[in-house]
Amino acid sequence: MRYLPLSDADRSEMLRVIGAGSVDELFRDVPEEARLKGPIHGLPMHASELAVERHMAALSRKNMVAGDVPFFLGCGAYRHHIPASVDHIIQRGEYLTSYTPYQPEIAQGTLQMMFEFQTQVARLFGCEVANASMYDGSTAMWEAILMAHRITRRNRTVISSGVHPHYVNVAKTLAQFSEDALATALPELTAESDNERLIGKIGPETSAVVVQYPDILGRITDLTPIADAAHAAGALLIAVVTEPVALGLIRSPGEMGADIVVGEGQSIGVGLQFGGPYVGLFACREKHVRQMPGRLAGETVDAEGKRGFVLTLSTREQHIRREKATSNICTSSVLCALAFTAHLTLLGEKGLRRLASLNHARACEVADRLSAIAGVALVNHSFFNEFTLKLPVEARPAVHALVERGVLGGVSLGRLYPGVDALQNGLVVAVTETATTEDIAALEAALKEVVQ
Amino acid sequence: MTVNPSGWRPSAPANEQGEAHTVTGNRALMLEEPLIFEIGSVKQTGVDFDEILPGTGRGTSEAGGGCGVQGSEPPPSDLRSATSPCRGGARLAGLERNREIGLAGLSEPEMVRHYTRLSRQNYAIDLGLFPLGSCTMKHNPRLNEKVARLPGFADVHPLQPQETVQGALQVINELAFWLLDLTGMYGVSMSPKAGAHGELCGLLCIRAALEARGDKREVVLVPESAHGTNPATAAFAGYRVENIPANAAGRVDLEALKTRLGPDVAAVMITNPNTCGLFEPDMRAISDAVHAAGAFVYCDGANFNAIVGKVRPGDLGIDAMHINLHKTFSTPHGGGGPGSGPVVLSEALSPYGPLPFVAKMPDGSFRLVEEESAGEEHPHAFGRMVAFHGQMGMFTRALAYILSHGADGLKQVAEDAVLNANYILRSLQDVLDAPFAKSGPCMHEAIFSDRGFADDVNTLDLAKALIDEGFHPMTMYFPLVVHGAMLVEPTETESKGSLDQFIRAVRSIAGRAKAGDQSLKAAPVHAPRRRLDETLAARKPVLVYRDPEPAQAAE
Repeated sequence: MRYLPLSDADRSEMLRVIGAGSVDELFRDVPEEARLKGPIHGLPMHASELAVERHMAALSRKNMVAGDVPFFLGCGAYRHHIPASVDHIIQRGEYLTSYTPYQPEIAQGTLQMMFEFQTQVARLFGCEVANASMYDGSTAMWEAILMAHRITRRNRTVISSGVHPHYVNVAKTLAQFSEDALATALPELTAESDNERLIGKIGPETSAVVVQYPDILGRITDLTPIADAAHAAGALLIAVVTEPVALGLIRSPGEMGADIVVGEGQSIGVGLQFGGPYVGLFACREKHVRQMPGRLAGETVDAEGKRGFVLTLSTREQHIRREKATSNICTSSVLCALAFTAHLTLLGEKGLRRLASLNHARACEVADRLSAIAGVALVNHSFFNEFTLKLPVEARPAVHALVERGVLGGVSLGRLYPGVDALQNGLVVAVTETATTEDIAALEAALKEVVQ
Repeated sequence: MTVNPSGWRPSAPANEQGEAHTVTGNRALMLEEPLIFEIGSVKQTGVDFDEILPGTGRGTSEAGGGCGVQGSEPPPSDLRSATSPCRGGARLAGLERNREIGLAGLSEPEMVRHYTRLSRQNYAIDLGLFPLGSCTMKHNPRLNEKVARLPGFADVHPLQPQETVQGALQVINELAFWLLDLTGMYGVSMSPKAGAHGELCGLLCIRAALEARGDKREVVLVPESAHGTNPATAAFAGYRVENIPANAAGRVDLEALKTRLGPDVAAVMITNPNTCGLFEPDMRAISDAVHAAGAFVYCDGANFNAIVGKVRPGDLGIDAMHINLHKTFSTPHGGGGPGSGPVVLSEALSPYGPLPFVAKMPDGSFRLVEEESAGEEHPHAFGRMVAFHGQMGMFTRALAYILSHGADGLKQVAEDAVLNANYILRSLQDVLDAPFAKSGPCMHEAIFSDRGFADDVNTLDLAKALIDEGFHPMTMYFPLVVHGAMLVEPTETESKGSLDQFIRAVRSIAGRAKAGDQSLKAAPVHAPRRRLDETLAARKPVLVYRDPEPAQAAE
């Protein structure tokens, strides 16, 4: 077996050193009746690399590849071009096959990269500090709600109707088991988000207000009045960013007063991968850092006075604090964070702004062309690279009809909000730099047919 | 002194400090590397774009890049004209960026060099033995990286219509069935993103099952030797945590556990094999006692790699167990994630597993059961744990690993992992105190204590000296039940030669530790950095780079 270096001669010699007659003697603590006598019945035996590759490739061919067709899906995962050098870097064994950097003298590569990542995320979000990543955007949002609870010692959270419904469902699920009460609402197909209603929900018991920016329908709203209202009530503002490329073009949530900014970092450096692994982003004010979950790299010096980096503020964490930890999180998403950092370093400020501008320009063009189709209306006044159309027909079957025409045309709100009649004609369309002129023409033609 | 075949010998005298000073701070292949913010610039980029004029689809080489750009590089005026679909940024709610972000950019050669230089300051399994107990640092087969990158897996959106992702759903389903067969369990939730997330999933299933029968219980029992995630997760799930003591043989004290069980106990979390590297021989009796008290058994499956193909947790009465795909099934650790932690469930808990999950239909197709259809098919689901469907990129890798080994190979994996650990235990027990060595063989990891070291030498010193010998240290000071613990997990992917070299190194350092060799305090001396000041880092946290204040102009 190609991954197992021991020969039978090695095994015999090692058993002799151990003083055991057979390997089974080493399993003697396992009760006899629970011990399996041979390989588990009915399962296949080992296979060659060629055979495994064939099997996996056959499975992969049963999927429609985003890059092979006109593709316009977003809603929390975005298809951007990733430079080849990014994947090269994350496949270096020194990153790929290393562990959490508990021994900093031989992990400076990962630790310095974490420090760079933290700096980039903090700057992009307009915050003072950021951690070394979370599992994904949805779990980062829940952790932010818990963090606000710890800071304010209040447990009522108001979640905007514009937050991704899967993120809301994660929070609702976990809130069943904590002491947190969540006020949520369904979005409406309107040009502006319902900020006034949201602000009206803030009260003296509110720990945090959660707003997505841009929101699930793609709308952009000024967070300043929400931040002011939250702060006036002694609550925190949590902003959720699922498409960080947008921040190359629009103001950061931190600049508008958000106290905690979380997000999904997938769209920079990480492929779609059917939903994971992705990389949760988490940033906040420096004064709140000791309430923050997750790994943190910090700067220090070594015994010779050279600059170096270590994992720090571990007294927040489960391996030290056990049941009193700020979170049970142990893994972060470091390899995806490396991909994010390498891609963002290639882009730089100049490249990110240009990428964001391109995305917006293409999205504007597509929004105008599709909303010119009879019966199709553009819901948004504002958007970055994603907007919502109101179709004259139910969107969910329309999406399937688009697939029959070889187009992945968007995400139907019927899929995200099953059973909500007022939203079922909504189609969310995302347009990135990867959409070609031909792709746009194909979507336009197919949608015309489908809505007739 | 070794001479080369020509007979030439170096004649230059050594530097007084024994090491030549260099102007750059570099030492041949060991290269110092600044931060990107110190070498890059906001004006530099390593990405070229196809520029596209709105409405025309035609490329242009001089266009600034569309609409809405503010600051240093305004777009050409033709892009801001009234006919432009961007309407000069009017569609951005008036929130265009109006200040610099401060993101340093590098050209491609600079970026590649930067992260390549940094990578060389990392230890990794690809470089050598990485015996971190409980973490299972085994070889990561590169086939798995290749299949995860097939466009049919890597370039598929999580919200694509289900008819376009049948292969992806089939991967999840095939892996799920392997996990069920290998564990002898009834159901599986694939969505948890890591081991601790899986623990949460399992405890929430337990809580949902208890609440469904109107049984409010408040306490979760956790052995003192448990991973820190166990008590942290129990607290995260809203439970109060109490410790269960261990007996002298390093196992759960069954009698003490039985005494504590009662109507307030919701679950007992057991790690098996446990964190001392020992199998719990009373596991079945523990499960029976827990069940008799109306509670559930959660098993931390971090050490499943020791028993995969040899024992099925389902045969031991386990109700829920997470499986770290990044441990047992060798998806790469990546410097601390991403992981993946599917949870296998007993028949009693399966109805409560979270959404979404994949169902195989009678016609052979696969269906993702989400909130929409859950009402009819899975009405008791406790909810949703993540935005999408779990760590697909880890599922493809784990499935490739499992198919490569097959049922026979996985059994061999467990046997070789246990053989390697026992070889280390017996080869070191005369120089290091091995507190449980007398009670019999260990499983996949061997534990030692600092007993017998000179007073002023400790486990940390031995670990740092191992770095100089070219090894990653073992897990230190964990579990807490052994003084100065050193937990060594070699894994099955180490050759005998590699183990022998490690044993020689540990024997030598252990001798120095007992003799009180003060030079251990200085270790490591050959690593990219000497010991780092962690106290300073925590006392005055510097978590992000700050640009230096611009120097005052000279008068």
